[in-house]
Amino acid sequence: MPKKMPLQTIASQLKQFWSQQGCMIMDAYDTEKGAGTMSPFTFLRAIGPEPWNVCYVEPSRRPADGRYGKNPNRLYQHHQFQVLMKPSPDNIQELYLTSLKELGINPLEHDIRFVEDNWENPSMGCAGVGWEVWLDGMEVTQFTYFQVVGGLSMSPVAVEITYGMERLASYIQDVNNVFDLEWADGVRYGDIFKEPEYEHSKYSFEISNQAMLQQLFTAYEHEAQRLIKLGLVHPAYDYVLKCSHTFNLLDARGAVSVTERAGYLARIRKMAHGLAQAFVLARRKLGFPLIQDDDQRHAAQEKYDAQHPHSVKQTSGGKN
Amino acid sequence: MTHDFLLEIGLEELPANVVTASVDQLAQKVTNYLKAERLTFTGLKKFSTPRRLALQISGLADRQPDSDTEVKGPSEKIARTDNGWSKAALGFAHSQGIQPDDLVIKEVKGVAYVFANKHVTGQPAVTILSQLPNVIASLNFPTMMRWGTHQFQFVRPIKWLVALLDTEIVPMQLVDIQAGRTTQGHRFLGHPLELKQAQDYQAALEEVFVLADAQQRKQRIKDQIMAIAREQGWQVNLDAQLLEEVNNLVEWPTSFYGQFDQHFLTIPREVLITSMRNHQRFFYVEDEKNQLLPYFISVRNGNRDHLENVIQGNEKVLAARLYDAAFFYEEDQKHSIADFVTKLKEVSFHDQISTMYEKMERVQVITALIGKQVGLSQPELAELQRAASIYKFDLVTEMVGEFSELQGIMGEKYALLQGESPAVATAIREHYLPNVAGGALPATKIGAVLAVADKLDSILTFFAAKMVPSGSNDPYALRRQAAGIVSIVYQQHWQLPLDVLLNEVVQTEARKQFSPKVEQAPVIPQVISFLKERIKRFLKDTEVRYDLVNAATASTSTDICFMISSANELQKQQNKADFKANIEALSRVTRIASKQAGSFATIDPLLFENEAEVALHGAVDQLQNDFSQKSVASDYQQLANLRPVINDYFEKTMIMAENQNLKANRLAEMNRLARIINEFASVDHIMTK
Repeated sequence: MPKKMPLQTIASQLKQFWSQQGCMIMDAYDTEKGAGTMSPFTFLRAIGPEPWNVCYVEPSRRPADGRYGKNPNRLYQHHQFQVLMKPSPDNIQELYLTSLKELGINPLEHDIRFVEDNWENPSMGCAGVGWEVWLDGMEVTQFTYFQVVGGLSMSPVAVEITYGMERLASYIQDVNNVFDLEWADGVRYGDIFKEPEYEHSKYSFEISNQAMLQQLFTAYEHEAQRLIKLGLVHPAYDYVLKCSHTFNLLDARGAVSVTERAGYLARIRKMAHGLAQAFVLARRKLGFPLIQDDDQRHAAQEKYDAQHPHSVKQTSGGKN
Repeated sequence: MTHDFLLEIGLEELPANVVTASVDQLAQKVTNYLKAERLTFTGLKKFSTPRRLALQISGLADRQPDSDTEVKGPSEKIARTDNGWSKAALGFAHSQGIQPDDLVIKEVKGVAYVFANKHVTGQPAVTILSQLPNVIASLNFPTMMRWGTHQFQFVRPIKWLVALLDTEIVPMQLVDIQAGRTTQGHRFLGHPLELKQAQDYQAALEEVFVLADAQQRKQRIKDQIMAIAREQGWQVNLDAQLLEEVNNLVEWPTSFYGQFDQHFLTIPREVLITSMRNHQRFFYVEDEKNQLLPYFISVRNGNRDHLENVIQGNEKVLAARLYDAAFFYEEDQKHSIADFVTKLKEVSFHDQISTMYEKMERVQVITALIGKQVGLSQPELAELQRAASIYKFDLVTEMVGEFSELQGIMGEKYALLQGESPAVATAIREHYLPNVAGGALPATKIGAVLAVADKLDSILTFFAAKMVPSGSNDPYALRRQAAGIVSIVYQQHWQLPLDVLLNEVVQTEARKQFSPKVEQAPVIPQVISFLKERIKRFLKDTEVRYDLVNAATASTSTDICFMISSANELQKQQNKADFKANIEALSRVTRIASKQAGSFATIDPLLFENEAEVALHGAVDQLQNDFSQKSVASDYQQLANLRPVINDYFEKTMIMAENQNLKANRLAEMNRLARIINEFASVDHIMTK
């Protein structure tokens, strides 16, 4: 195994590999989020009948996990390499294992296991079935067949593969402290992220303006709800993401009592559900154009119309 | 001639905890199916790994036996016309697929009917077996999933299907998979493999690094681990649950050991074990004095090649976890228990009920009442009070935040470190018990009182907040908590009438201004019947007859121990010759009383008309004095002793007398007696036939 594959090379190798499997290479989405799943390239695109194959690196912020840059394993912001394939290919496990080989991880020289781990994100109305993948005892990947997203049942089913970039890299580079990872030749992870880790931790745990955050949450929520009603799915979704991050900041501050926590999560869930429905409707209005085969596309349209007799009033643009 | 049949379902990795249950279920359903189809066999062997469920059936019949059936048709009157068979008869023959000439006439209860006698040739085994996909599709799993474009639901995606009858493929399809003879070897060490015949399964798979027999695989793991332990001179606890899980994570096990830095041994043992066992599926090792050693044993799904990578990787992961744990342990000790308790004011027990701190205030009220009732000494009461005022503090420690399964356990550790008495520390740990159905109960009295009080408060407040378990929906595990109360109270032999206790609890809380946000008083009867349901469950697991359980729990008593004891007493008595007569006599009294509710007028002896009335009155007076003073056995005996008096009374006394005064007087006597009987058991529930 090449001992010092830099983190950026790991990312580019994975991009290259998955693009060869038919995935589009996208970039990170520009609104704060807690996981790659929350990028619209996953959350929204997993929904509905259209095929969708994508990969991207997503910086993911979890304010409560910040440790002022002092813990060797925990970060305010880590990086996820995200793959989403819909419908899930039959050989997805083999593809995943091949991707590890591309990174120099030969399964015969390690112990790779698929350990049950069903995933749930109640605040986004999501649930899936799958595994965490263990590499010599370390969880390096979350592997999930989505069953429900935004409260909607998946059909077809999308499979999501989320590699923890720092974990994987610390394994490949044989480094014990995340800040010692090599990002690019001669530049270490700590050189880039140690100071931001400290500052964000300081901010999240000590300095953030709680009253302002609470106001922001409510303002973002109102805007999202207004936009959902107008069918402006993507701007509405941006505001849902902002709500979610704002909530995470409040939570890190310990400002959210268990009481309020349930309330906040319910508010986000309600919006996520509304959005999921609005997104499919918008795609239906376009006629589900990503379905290449004419017969299949028409079948998907008819199936949607039959299930939503009142939603589609105007579909003239769809059937071409 | 008989056959061997092999069925193998290849899957993406199953959850370890469903592997065994799934192959058992498959075996059961296939057996039921073959029985229903009358296809006999002599042997069935189960195989299971994380990637496959398989059955090997031996001595399988070549075909179903032929069968003769007789189907009844229309009556002869309808079936015959002057010119031969009627349309009805012809239609019947056609529907049964026989010639009209083959219809026969037979009498049933004096009326003649036409019958069709059919000889059905048994189907060959391959035909019956080819329907197995329906059986497979009927399997149930705790979590089901869909994949790809399929609507089909199963535990994990199905990857291949092998169905071999001796050397031949049994044609069948499941979802989009055709059955064949190709199985898969170990994911990394093996390769796809064509099976020549059903019999070869186990040996052939071993060639491609799969130990398909779960028992054999488990034995190999045990042998490997014990060999390591012997070589190193270690003690290993082969935790059965962990072994089962590990066994279902591997197809080709290779056990190995690794180590961790000695200085982590300063972390409490439970934390180390939780990190190793629960998080990494490692076996921990000890020296001969049962002291933890800085080593672990784990099992790789593979062979010994490059094992050093696997060891190093696992050591690194464990070190990272222990590093965190050590940090938390150190951090937590920088705070006093009082600091943590103060923090509980910010922690919600439930948003509609109260904070955790307020819950502890209520539990202090409850422990004080129970402690006094069950006769704790002054020093014990003082320790109980101390325990109840801090017992949830570890919830806000970093360690429990990270290792939630250590709640209570860390509480005990930290309490001792901060100089609390052992009794207080133990009670903090024990208040969670029993933490699984049928689990260990608190060993100390103080722990038992705290455990009961904590659970009682949860049930009372959740009921008051209208969060009552229904069906499978019991998110706060109130049923398990209620069952815990029943087990503890019974084990401790406490006399604890729930109605009195709960009313006192609610009143005292109100007086001290500790009441939760929800109104508890109105739900007390509901809480008592909820607990009575758990007593029923508790008794159902014993020998006690069903109706006797119902009789004891439908009594007016609200004392848990008393109800259980009276059920046991009834069970002891039910085989005795006089039981039926005793119960019948008592039932006469309670039936009349229940039909004529109301009259509890003072009984006037001057209105007695016969000696039987005098005798019964005296007997009930006596009973009122002695009842519930000694034991349930004595209570039963006292009631049983009344039988001749009661029977004599009914023989000589007309209760529904014309004279209203006489009638009221007699009903009052019945009510007085019925009240005592009903306290013991609702005798109406007892079947005496």
